[in-house]
Amino acid sequence: MGPRGLGLLALLAALSPRSAAASGPALWPLPLSVRTTPRALHVSRENFSVSHDPASSAGPSCALLQEAFRRYHGYIFNLDKSQHGPAKRNSAVELKQLLVSVVLDSECDLYPNVTSDESYSLVVKAPVAFLKANRVWGALRGLETFSQLIYQDSYGTFTINECNIIDSPRFPHRGILIDTARHFLPIKSILKTLDAMAFNKFNVLHWHIVDDQSFPYQSVTFPELSNKGSYSLSHVYTPSDVHTVIEYARLRGIRVIPEFDSPGHTQSWGKGQKNLLTPCYNGHKQSETFGPINPILNSTYSFLSQLFKEVSAVFPDQFIHLGGDEVEFKCWESNPEIRDFMKWKGFGGDYKKLESFYVQKVLDIASTVNKGAIVWQEVFDDHVKLQPGTIVQVWKFQSYSEEQAQVTAAGFPVILSAPWYLDWISYGQDWKGYYKVDPLDFSGSPEQKKLVMGGEACLWGEYVDATNLTPRLWPRASAIGERLWSHSNVKDLEDAYNRLTVHRCRMVSRGIAAEPLYTGYCNH
Amino acid sequence: MAASGLWLPLLLAAALAGRAAALWPWPQYIETSEAHYAIFPHDFQFRYHSSSAAQPGCSVLDEAFQRYRDLLFSSRAWYPPEPTRKLHAPVKNSLVVLVVTPGCNQLPSLESLENYTLTINDDHCFLLSETVWGALRGLETFSQLVWRSPEGMFLINKTEIEDFPRFSHRGLLLDTSRHYLPLTTIMDTLDAMAYNKFNVFHWHLVDDSSFPYDSYTFPELTRKGSYNPATHIYTAQDVKMVIEYARLRGIRVLAEFDTPGHTLSWGPGVPGLLTPCYSGSHPSGTFGPVNPILNSTYEFMSSFFLEVSSVFPDFYLHLGGDEVDFTCWKSNPDIQNFMKEKGFGSDFKQLESYYIQTLLNIVSAYDKGYVVWQEVFDNNVKVRPDTIIQVWREEMPVHYAKEMELITKAGFRALLSAPWYLNHITYGPDWSEIYMVEPLEFKGSPQQKALVIGGEACMWGEYVDSTNLAPRLWPRAGAVAERLWSNKLVTNLDSAFKRLTEFRCELLSSLCNKLGMF
Repeated sequence: MGPRGLGLLALLAALSPRSAAASGPALWPLPLSVRTTPRALHVSRENFSVSHDPASSAGPSCALLQEAFRRYHGYIFNLDKSQHGPAKRNSAVELKQLLVSVVLDSECDLYPNVTSDESYSLVVKAPVAFLKANRVWGALRGLETFSQLIYQDSYGTFTINECNIIDSPRFPHRGILIDTARHFLPIKSILKTLDAMAFNKFNVLHWHIVDDQSFPYQSVTFPELSNKGSYSLSHVYTPSDVHTVIEYARLRGIRVIPEFDSPGHTQSWGKGQKNLLTPCYNGHKQSETFGPINPILNSTYSFLSQLFKEVSAVFPDQFIHLGGDEVEFKCWESNPEIRDFMKWKGFGGDYKKLESFYVQKVLDIASTVNKGAIVWQEVFDDHVKLQPGTIVQVWKFQSYSEEQAQVTAAGFPVILSAPWYLDWISYGQDWKGYYKVDPLDFSGSPEQKKLVMGGEACLWGEYVDATNLTPRLWPRASAIGERLWSHSNVKDLEDAYNRLTVHRCRMVSRGIAAEPLYTGYCNH
Repeated sequence: MAASGLWLPLLLAAALAGRAAALWPWPQYIETSEAHYAIFPHDFQFRYHSSSAAQPGCSVLDEAFQRYRDLLFSSRAWYPPEPTRKLHAPVKNSLVVLVVTPGCNQLPSLESLENYTLTINDDHCFLLSETVWGALRGLETFSQLVWRSPEGMFLINKTEIEDFPRFSHRGLLLDTSRHYLPLTTIMDTLDAMAYNKFNVFHWHLVDDSSFPYDSYTFPELTRKGSYNPATHIYTAQDVKMVIEYARLRGIRVLAEFDTPGHTLSWGPGVPGLLTPCYSGSHPSGTFGPVNPILNSTYEFMSSFFLEVSSVFPDFYLHLGGDEVDFTCWKSNPDIQNFMKEKGFGSDFKQLESYYIQTLLNIVSAYDKGYVVWQEVFDNNVKVRPDTIIQVWREEMPVHYAKEMELITKAGFRALLSAPWYLNHITYGPDWSEIYMVEPLEFKGSPQQKALVIGGEACMWGEYVDSTNLAPRLWPRAGAVAERLWSNKLVTNLDSAFKRLTEFRCELLSSLCNKLGMF
């Protein structure tokens, strides 16, 4: 790929101030191709509108785009409420309209999926700019880019430079993991996160909804799970809450993938579902503590079948995340019935085989309800027999590149998270470390590289709740957003710093309390 | 400490008493029981005792009564109990406050007494304190003692508390130069400080990055040195408001104007103030620390600190003095000549000392005391014997405990900050390390230990602004607050964890209600 986007970079360099996030376009994540001219057009709150191109397959009946038009009009002109006087320089040409055209079947009322086309092209020219996309998903991405092109010049006038942009994502799976089990997150926080995700062109919310600590998901089939397993009865996600999240996400081109992690990480499940967890033994006696899900009972699998049947109906995405990480064998080992089962099955003393036995059954259940599965890497590491197409999420930091090589060599698609655990904080600009990672930096054939679906920034919740979620996530996750969207040659740290500083202030002006990268200030 | 023998069993008893005793910071002496009293929001009032030196009209307490009434009741839904329901608990209708020493309009000082006694028993619901500042601390404790039954009743246990701070300087540093902090953020921080019984707001106003302090003597300083002279400044009115807001919470405002280093933002507004750096025989166009060889420098400092001395009424000013980089001074031929003339040789520490001594003389003339960073002591600057030295370096030139030893051995008062740089973050519950620091753990005589007047939690602003300040500060700074207030034996981490967890939620509910969050 040639040095595209250089024109923009040069422009940015000229405008880039010392320490402040001043006016000037700063695109984040950087599009595939940007050709920009110095010719500046004015945009005014009163005269400018975003509309459907008559040729578009999506018209005013497409609520998804209607809402997006309204949203972006707000983002563009709310940058600075104090400045909306008449244009100061009458000689300048005005941009009056952005016409949005969806070329193929719009998919307006569908849910986005892993193959959704997010590409778009943008031509900004007076008096009318054109945004063209195959599907609404690309139109959403293009609207975000368009909004980022508009800046306020030194007189406070909204300005956009004539330019041509062609853009599409490098990876189809660009996710953020939130953990609502260690701490409950109010719906408001989740929706705010979805807003910020859209500003960074993320397209997957990986919702780690339950874990040892609490079970906030309110199941219609098994209401006792959250009645007994949530932190409190006000710390639950009702079906209507979940629906709100899914629809809010859809309107922003974001998939919601729920994770129901098992057989480990399930302490909270036990409170509302008797006999689900393995009773641990202390010698010959039950110790009153419980371990992972009990894999030897038929009742376990009939429970899971019903639960996943519900989950697969509630969450429309093609995939569910089945977890499978960090299974602790001690409790299984202590339980005499499990030991008998092991003997009977011929597993010897290899509890990984028991884990595999369990996980295979859960994978079967998932495919019965027509869902693709995502699992944490242990499932692959422990040689569970996986159906082709099962996605393996790599999270262990140590030798993660080798893990990627092995998973893809075995023919499985992979999602990278290992270098992107944002709950791990340290002093200073750690975003640079996230930014430098390249998900294809492992040894493997081109076919193997193609199996890398993308990655996810994970914000585990042990030390995170609504009080600190947003500043801990943003703009650190933005670094990963660009890594997963932009071309692999976009890696100049200084340029990234300058753009990200402006982008961070833009997020702040849009109501996201994104923390600063370093000293300085925002112009609003 | 006399009470120390009593103390441990009491802590245990308190821990068993459950949520009623989730006090933070832990009081010096507490006796509490399961017996409790009911409080009805509509009937309850804070009252002045007839023989109290403070009476209605005392702004500090009038406003505090209102504040604590809101904190206790207004934020929470309350339904009167059903009339048929029999009340088991006797009722308390008022907290009676008696302040011994008059004085409602003065400012808190380093010498202010903050001790108080709180008696909640069958006969009394009574807060006794020497000064209004002690009454403020007692009101905070009282508010922490009130809890709610599952039915929503407000209750308070039978309790006797005698309390006073272990250290008299319990500070929190905010840095408004690296990032500007809006006034609302500063005031929210002052609120949270009061909940933690902090009593000094160390305001690191200006630094290299920006100069937000709007000086009326030198308006060019902010015009040229602030991030944005229209929006990112603190006017005289703003400063006044912060000082009064702090005063009403018993908090001193200690202003820092750090020189001769950390002053790049001063340069644009005061031409000639900073040292021009040289590259070979030519000025390089960059600038270093304040130029210590010009009379004009000291004339400027005289006028500037005259203003500062009157704007900030606290007896103490913080004069900085840290991290002076000698590279630029070394490069400048005029400075080299001055060094020769003065016989400093090539020891730039002597030049630094020369500057600081001159500055200290200026400030002394304005009847101010001063606090300085440890370098001033390390570099053997001759300072007044009543100077307060703030220790911030963890390992260099010596471990901070050794530094405390040396400073107090030389007879100076010391403030500890080195282990409490809260801007440094790591994964996990780092509050416990912060908590386990013992400020007097160094070799030295009792006289030396007595020279440690306290410490400060520092939140430097390189990576902090109003988007992330509060969650980075709280509840971590709470760990410092308890270390500086409570008895040195209060070091049980399990108890601290339980109480701090509870307290964090209390902070949240008051902040959330105020900010309309969540």
